Amino acid sequence: MEVVLKDLTKIFPSRNKKSSEEVVAVNKVNITIPDGKLIGLLGPSGCGKSTTLYMISGLQKPSGGQIFFGEDDVTELSPEHRGVGLVFQNYALYPHLTVKQNILFPLQNLKGEDKLSKEEMLARAYEVAKLVQIDDLMNRKPSELSGGQQQRVAIARALVKMPRVLLLDEPLSNLDARLRLQTREEIRRIQKATKITTVFVTHDQEEALSISDYIVVMKLGVVQQIGKPQAVYDSPENLFVAKFLGTPPINVLNGRVQNETLYIGFDAVLKTPGVKDQDVYVGVRPEGFVLAEDGALTCKLNAVEVMGRDVSVVCTNEASVNPVIRAIINAENTIDEEKETVRFNLKANKTFIFNKETEERIFF
Amino acid sequence: MANSIVNSKTQWKAWLYLAPAIVLLLVFTVWPIINTVRMAFLENYSGLKAVGGMTFKFGIGNFLKVVQYQRFVNCLKNTIILCILTVPVSTILALLIAVCLNSIKFLGKALQTVFFLPYVTNSIAIGMVFAAMFNIVGSFYGTENEIVVTAGIVNNIIEFFGGEHINWINYGSTYAANIAVMAIYIIWNALPFKILILLGGLQSVNKQYYDAAKVDGTSRRRIFTRITVPLLSPMISYVVITGFIGGFKEYTSIVGIFGEKMGPANDAGRLNTMVGFIYDALAANNQGRASAAALILFGIILIVTLINLQVSKKRVHY
Repeated sequence: MEVVLKDLTKIFPSRNKKSSEEVVAVNKVNITIPDGKLIGLLGPSGCGKSTTLYMISGLQKPSGGQIFFGEDDVTELSPEHRGVGLVFQNYALYPHLTVKQNILFPLQNLKGEDKLSKEEMLARAYEVAKLVQIDDLMNRKPSELSGGQQQRVAIARALVKMPRVLLLDEPLSNLDARLRLQTREEIRRIQKATKITTVFVTHDQEEALSISDYIVVMKLGVVQQIGKPQAVYDSPENLFVAKFLGTPPINVLNGRVQNETLYIGFDAVLKTPGVKDQDVYVGVRPEGFVLAEDGALTCKLNAVEVMGRDVSVVCTNEASVNPVIRAIINAENTIDEEKETVRFNLKANKTFIFNKETEERIFF
Repeated sequence: MANSIVNSKTQWKAWLYLAPAIVLLLVFTVWPIINTVRMAFLENYSGLKAVGGMTFKFGIGNFLKVVQYQRFVNCLKNTIILCILTVPVSTILALLIAVCLNSIKFLGKALQTVFFLPYVTNSIAIGMVFAAMFNIVGSFYGTENEIVVTAGIVNNIIEFFGGEHINWINYGSTYAANIAVMAIYIIWNALPFKILILLGGLQSVNKQYYDAAKVDGTSRRRIFTRITVPLLSPMISYVVITGFIGGFKEYTSIVGIFGEKMGPANDAGRLNTMVGFIYDALAANNQGRASAAALILFGIILIVTLINLQVSKKRVHY
């Protein structure tokens, strides 16, 4: 089921009656989610990603704009008529019901033509339980399950009524690091198996990058960029997206373009054909540095951190916006820690320049 | 002992700090309980001395006497009837009111205060108001030689809908009418505490359960029976258990409506309860009988509470 959000807006009225300050949580969001894909809504807290998700679910009413599931305009429909499955951040499993009863719960709500016989319900419940691999836990109570198992039960409960769209609110945030890795693979596998269009919300970029078909980066209710994870990482459209994606984060430096050449301080580091003379922000991915004896950019060496596969070079440059510059180079490169300075060349495809005022990317 | 919390050398200090509480508890709680048991089994005891010409002796005579009293059986019957009538009804009503109050946004806080008012009002005062509502105060409880007046707001309402006046509590009123008044009064009086507890429980229920139910298209009725009630079951069980314990100790409410005669003028003591029986026995300087009745009451409450706990073990979730 293709999901289309058209100019979707959510305005929360001000809590204080005296001031008329409204909060625009989601501002004219336009997203088209292709059928059967997994979409990650990504952004820092307060960026409106959860609000967007809840508007898709129908639990929150949009202040403006429309939501389409395929051809149907569902903007005015209440949640139960939309055919969505929602997995809450803390799972919201009914504590007094067993796993089986929890999964059966949505089916028992069906009325009229959709009503199922007991056998059909059980068959469906066991089918989806098998899919998420909890069929041996059916008679347990949620309190007797681990976090990861509860998560699966929640997904099973959302899937059992065969929703048109599956929505996951921060699905991994309550799990520990190891389980998080496992579970995100699991979510990916389940999504691929069911081919249900899935939207999930996360503030963890790694999570979003690793399993999504597409990611949507949001900031203060406005969509910043939509695209395949690698494409967004490789070609951020503005400084915010560049800074938000990537660990360790991108290095930002003050720079200047003069005569189609990018200068950082007095070092001419890159050719930038077709760019007008101006002051810019320069973003360099940690892997965009190449160690070279005669490198274009000279930095003061602070420390060298060897982490097995990679070596991380921590250095400083007066032009840097952050306190330090962190470059990741291959461990095969040897670097003399005693040296005062270190010199790099910059990879053109890992270096981005942004307008100083608008912080929009300047392509070259 | 190195690992004990209180060093043995300074243990006396701990006892010293605890002493005020312990002394008070020993004098006013522990000793009276022990003494009640002792007196219940002490025959021929009346006001510190043996009944004229007889000697003290230990035995179950007090219990036998108490059980053989028609008055005691009557008190027991009244108490049980009132309990069975009022506890379930007031619990269900409180649950419904709490759910409604919880869903009202506008004026919700003000209404909560209104529903809590009976709790902070003297039950004798409320009883007198109820008495006035059910029968007019003019010839207060009525006597043989007066014409029985059946008025009051309740009778006015019945009249408005075309019914006949009912003699609720005055001279010559029926037992059923008396019990009905008592049940209504006790239920009304018991509501605020129950509403308070259940409302507190409701407000601590995670809203996401309701969101989840909404997404799944759960009907309101099913949300109530399958989600709200089970999630509230610990509070419901608490309210039922304390309700039964309170019900078995019913006394002031009856005084509030019928005065100390504990019944209509022509049949004093008709609505007497277990606690009333104990007070009467004490007033008649018969501490043995009072103690025996108190122990019987204790036994009944204990059994009912154990049954309640047993039921709630099966019914109360998580």
